Amino acid sequence: VKFSGRTGSTGDIPQFTNSPTLIVMVGLPARGKTYISKKLTRYLNWIGVPTKVFNLGQYRREAVQAYKTFEFFLPDNEEAMKIRKACAITALKDIHHYFTQEQGQVAVFDATNTTRDRRADILCFAKESGYKVFFVESICDDPDIIEANIMEVKLSSPDYQDCDKEEALVDFLKRIECYKMSYVPLDDEMDRNLSYIKIFNVGFRYLVNRVQDHIQSRIVYYLMNIHVTPRSIYLCRHGESELNLLGRIGGDSGLSPRGNKFACTLAGFIQSQCIRNLKVWTSHMKRTIQTAEALGVAYEQWKALNEIDAGVCEELTYEEIQEHYPEEFALRDQDKYRYRYPKGESYEDLVHRLEPVIMELERQENVLVVCHQAVMRCLLAYFLDKSAEELPYLKCPLHTVLKLTPVAYGCKVESVFLNVEAVNTHRDRPVNVDVSRDPQDALLTVPEHI
Amino acid sequence: MTVSSLSPSDSNSCLRAPRPLRASERRRVETLRSAPLRRSRTARIMRGSARSHGTQERDKCVCMTNCPTLIVTVGLPARGKTYISKKLTRYLNWIGVPTKEFNVGQYRRDCVKIYKSFEFFRPDNEEGLKIRKQCASAALNDVQQYLGEEGGQVAVFDATNTTRERRETIVRFAEQNGYKVFFVESVCEDPDVIAENIVQVKLGSPDYTDCNTDEAIEDFMKRIKCYENSYQTLDEDLDRELSFIKIIDVGRRYLVNRVLDHIQSRIVYYLMNIHITPRSIYLCRHGESDLNVKGRIGGDSGLSLRGKEFARYLAKFIQDQNIKDLKVWTSQMKRTIQTAEALSVPYEQWKALNEIDAGVCEEMMYEEIQENYPLEFALRDQDKYRYRYPKGESYEDLVQRLEPVIMELERQENVLVICHQAVMRCLLAYFLDKSADELPYLKCPLHTVLKLTPVAYGCKVESISLNVDAVNTHRDKPENVNIHRSSEDALQTVPPHL
Repeated sequence: VKFSGRTGSTGDIPQFTNSPTLIVMVGLPARGKTYISKKLTRYLNWIGVPTKVFNLGQYRREAVQAYKTFEFFLPDNEEAMKIRKACAITALKDIHHYFTQEQGQVAVFDATNTTRDRRADILCFAKESGYKVFFVESICDDPDIIEANIMEVKLSSPDYQDCDKEEALVDFLKRIECYKMSYVPLDDEMDRNLSYIKIFNVGFRYLVNRVQDHIQSRIVYYLMNIHVTPRSIYLCRHGESELNLLGRIGGDSGLSPRGNKFACTLAGFIQSQCIRNLKVWTSHMKRTIQTAEALGVAYEQWKALNEIDAGVCEELTYEEIQEHYPEEFALRDQDKYRYRYPKGESYEDLVHRLEPVIMELERQENVLVVCHQAVMRCLLAYFLDKSAEELPYLKCPLHTVLKLTPVAYGCKVESVFLNVEAVNTHRDRPVNVDVSRDPQDALLTVPEHI
Repeated sequence: MTVSSLSPSDSNSCLRAPRPLRASERRRVETLRSAPLRRSRTARIMRGSARSHGTQERDKCVCMTNCPTLIVTVGLPARGKTYISKKLTRYLNWIGVPTKEFNVGQYRRDCVKIYKSFEFFRPDNEEGLKIRKQCASAALNDVQQYLGEEGGQVAVFDATNTTRERRETIVRFAEQNGYKVFFVESVCEDPDVIAENIVQVKLGSPDYTDCNTDEAIEDFMKRIKCYENSYQTLDEDLDRELSFIKIIDVGRRYLVNRVLDHIQSRIVYYLMNIHITPRSIYLCRHGESDLNVKGRIGGDSGLSLRGKEFARYLAKFIQDQNIKDLKVWTSQMKRTIQTAEALSVPYEQWKALNEIDAGVCEEMMYEEIQENYPLEFALRDQDKYRYRYPKGESYEDLVQRLEPVIMELERQENVLVICHQAVMRCLLAYFLDKSADELPYLKCPLHTVLKLTPVAYGCKVESISLNVDAVNTHRDKPENVNIHRSSEDALQTVPPHL
């Protein structure tokens, strides 16, 4: 397999994590541990660090088929204690397996881990196997936040499917009380040799202790940039461009008449949404800038949002690529995520270049990103937790706005087609990806164009 | 027109015949010809080096802050405040955020010509207090001037600021002027660290030029004592409305409160990644390449015979240096990888370390660029830092792409970075605090290793030429940068090649 100009490590994440990292969540129930676990895992996977969440509640639900009441969590419930400890051991075993047999790099142990004993057990386990440990503690004493959390994610939990909301809320608050009695937060003095971050009241304040390495530093930076203020992110491509019409990839052409029409329609759509303090971002390429111009509002240009560089294939049609570079064309179909156009980029490179955009999107509130097909696929994959295999084939048609709204542990997606016709630029993976295939087989899935 | 696929296995890089301009390029050139340097939005869009629409911010990134930021250091003497101030200022300027530090100690030295003893700092020394207060005011006035008329974005107010009262005064000043305030407190009780600080930067201070070491240390310790009694550290509760980072024991621990915006977030990230463990950074270019010899820029060629020799010499040099735990980084281009291979140690490849992309000028000789793109050639000479090759990059773009490399270099200890001319210039500019104007002309010859060792507030540089001949690839700025200049004038400073 020939990838131009690259041997050895891929992308730009220096492989400084030789030993796997075990991230250990700490905190009372309804403090956002699972929210943080899932989000962090999604981010790390997206930037190319294989990461997995191990949620102890899940293990408990599998061991104890039917949840009855908060009494399961009373500290003097010996039967339950035994089960809970067994679950923890099973989870740690699975983590061990993930690291040793599944090439995992980071595991997030999502549980309350509120006692010093439990944390000592985990440290012991990690030390035996040479795993680095990083604690993430979430501390919150704002009753409004806690209640909002319970409403958003607890009431719909499998534990409470047969309860009415009031009952569930009461039971859950009692559950929290069970933990409070024995909760020992990470201590400035006693835990001074541990590596951890303490998050106070959803990011108002942080205490960071002994960051050991690159990945922990990145994790800290990420955790310090995320927030839970409600907002929406709008993603769309530029209006249809002249090169789009000709079935040519890349380049820096202007909008076609229909593309211009889309831009005007987009302006109307945005206005009708009445979005508070909307920020608009574009790339440095004409077609996104022209689209944003029609909105009549200030916008920021990011070079990082430029379309994937197709190198020697810039401005060619797929037919021309097949004619001049049949082998490259096949290799790309074999591994579209990692394949790098000669003198160009790969999707993997794109993800790396988009990381600062994602970081800033996390910091921001309402944002409209006017970008390009490959770029939009990368951003969408981040928000919707799509794998590297799925990412290059995500459907991002022209003249369609995706509205992403964070909700519970994920992202709600609303797709709005603005009713202005455009060419289809989506090329599915053909069945035959062999380098010796017929041109016909190669071009089977090419969308129509002039 | 045929364009062949260039892959690393090709030993003969194809010489690309200049191809006719595409329609898009022709349009761009026409626009440039009609209004070559007018910073109009359209021209920018055509050339692809556009700015944020409707704002003054740099094109590379988000509008960092609408209002300027006032960073205020807090801490007893010898806690690293000036070290942090200078380093942070250097970093922010390098990434394109105009920043300046204002050291109140400097103002005090300008005011009180001769420093006698620690008694000046006694809390009951009314005369001293008056002067010190005046100096702080003078400094804040200059801050106002810098953030206002001079277009500064960030000012670092470097002083002890150890009392709540003083800090409140500053916060009021900032509110009046519409600045955001971010406190950076350094807390350290480790006597070894403090002693080391004093030795490294205080003894050489103008305050102590005529003292012997012991006297100076004794006086300085008494000076610290003067502040200790009235020191009110930033408090989690009392100061919970303020934005700050508290750095404890040189980075073992951080308390971060109320980060308000992007620039503060970047500052926090940077401060959390720097350290003061002694180490050295070695920068060098790949060995001489085949394209170097032909006077061609860019491309992805392998090493020439002399380049290979350099690689072997480099291996020996590195061995002789006996460097503890050396990390070796290269780009993803053949010539740096081949150089590292000779070292026989593991190395990391960073795409971010790839040479500047010369776009349509890739693999051309300067003579060919002059022949085919005389306008572009001149524009580049006019503003080499910001100029972006058509379909390529600018130095400004390079700096942005190198920022994660710098961040990781800060985290690491001993590192050897094998890179390229433009890339090395950017990295060097960061370490040696060179301006955007100087950066593209820094001399980074082939076959020469630069050893950078942080010392006091700066960086010691040792230049080691490994005694293997190589072509010179450094092209100085010619005198005539006018777009109508003759070919001769344009090519005057081109170094000789085959």
